[in-house]
Amino acid sequence: MTDPPAIEFAHVQYRTTGNRILLNDLSLSVQRGEILMLLGASGSGKTTTLKLINGLLQASEGQITIDGKPLQDWDLIRLRRHIGYAIQEVGLFPHYTVRDNAALVPRLENWPPQKLKARVDEVLHMVGLPPQEFAARYPNELSGGQRQRVGLARALAADPPILLMDEPFGALDPITRVALQREFKQLQQRLNKTVVFVTHDVGEALLLGDRIALMESGRLSGVFAPRDFLESSDPAVKPYVEAFRAMQQVFD
Amino acid sequence: MFNFIFSHKREVLALTGEHLWLVGVSMLLAIAIGVPLGILLTRRPRYRGVVLGGSNIVQTIPSLALFGLLLPLPWLGARADRLAILALMLYALLPIIQNTFVGITGVDPPVREAAAAMGMTSRQILWHVELPLASGVIVAGIRVATVICVGLATIAAAIGAGGLGEFIFRGLSMVDNRVILAGAVPAAIMALAADQLLGLAQRLLTRKRH
Ligand SMILES: Nc1ncnc2c1ncn2[C@@H]1O[C@H](COP(=O)(O)OP(=O)(O)OP(=O)(O)O)[C@@H](O)[C@H]1O
Ligand SMILES: [Mg+2]
Repeated sequence: MTDPPAIEFAHVQYRTTGNRILLNDLSLSVQRGEILMLLGASGSGKTTTLKLINGLLQASEGQITIDGKPLQDWDLIRLRRHIGYAIQEVGLFPHYTVRDNAALVPRLENWPPQKLKARVDEVLHMVGLPPQEFAARYPNELSGGQRQRVGLARALAADPPILLMDEPFGALDPITRVALQREFKQLQQRLNKTVVFVTHDVGEALLLGDRIALMESGRLSGVFAPRDFLESSDPAVKPYVEAFRAMQQVFD
Repeated sequence: MFNFIFSHKREVLALTGEHLWLVGVSMLLAIAIGVPLGILLTRRPRYRGVVLGGSNIVQTIPSLALFGLLLPLPWLGARADRLAILALMLYALLPIIQNTFVGITGVDPPVREAAAAMGMTSRQILWHVELPLASGVIVAGIRVATVICVGLATIAAAIGAGGLGEFIFRGLSMVDNRVILAGAVPAAIMALAADQLLGLAQRLLTRKRH
């Protein structure tokens, strides 16, 4: 038997307590080691999809399976420590230093101090925040982009096999963003994690994704290989491709 | 006035001690009950009306009336200081419960969500995120309650519970301002000192983040 997909959605619906349907009939699977890009307009349900994966929200209908095991059979605490999550609003602890924020999950998992320190130094370097300069600072002593990178470090620190990343490079200047995208791509070739990566940026989706899932008002419009995405005649895809091409023409 | 205080040094000290004891014990009880109740309200919002409403009503009862109302209670009514402590504690509860509730529910939602998303248990979230972040607001509630308590405790003398109110009531009946002030001045100093001290604690708890 082949490996089960790392993440599988079967006909998932999510309704709010007020009975608003935010996601409808979502079926999707993410293979182990794959980077799936979630692309879609603001309010299309990307963040909601991520929150369903780590159990912050519960599906109203349908079935979500993680590593072959139905979500409801997982111990939620274990599941969440198995999944790194870089949150859109970041949500750093304001009373923790950068080091303590980044160390959160390994500390919950009782890593020995030596290993913990080495790992936190490593991830802080990885996200471009040298520990000698940044480790002792508090979040209110950082810029928005620096905070976002601490959020990223926190998601990576415990080396989880699955990563959820909600516009992790959104608040970064283009130079830092490209550097981190490159770093991420190299890292991925080494570590082979399963990643669901939310972005608004078609260029980023094409650059980083193994596949691109396009969402539109709570539904999945389709899943494409990056190459097919640019050629697709799907009416949902076209506006994105046109916008992307228009952008490129400006530079040509 | 100072002559009077100096000539009655021993009595002033003894009554100040009693006053501190009344306030101290009732505040400790109010914290021990109020903070957990405030936490409970954040977990079970449906009790919110009952608890906050109830402690609000207590606040509206005039203090002298509350002392009187509690008098018939069995074990407590037997001793004036127990009664005074119970009444003072009831007055101190509202600001403490309320500030605990407001402090915890005021934690930035993305911070709480991040804590859950990283796999913290709800107990870990309470101890490592919610309480530390709410601590400044909780201490502010304790500060308000303490200052109220120091003032109200002077009225405890009316039911014979002692404290600096003794001087005030004695001075009133003697129509002697020096005696009134011998109770009022130390009480005011105590209130100011408590205010300053708890204000300092509050600043220390919130210094690293604004
Ligand atoms: N608790 C809620 N109650 C009601 N509606 C909600 C709630 N949370 C989100 N929504 C709505 O659900 C829809 C999807 O939200 P979601 O956060 O998943 O969008 P998104 O694709 O991540 O958007 P963005 O790119 O702006 O982050 C939005 O229309 C939003 O207004
Ligand atoms: Mg979002």
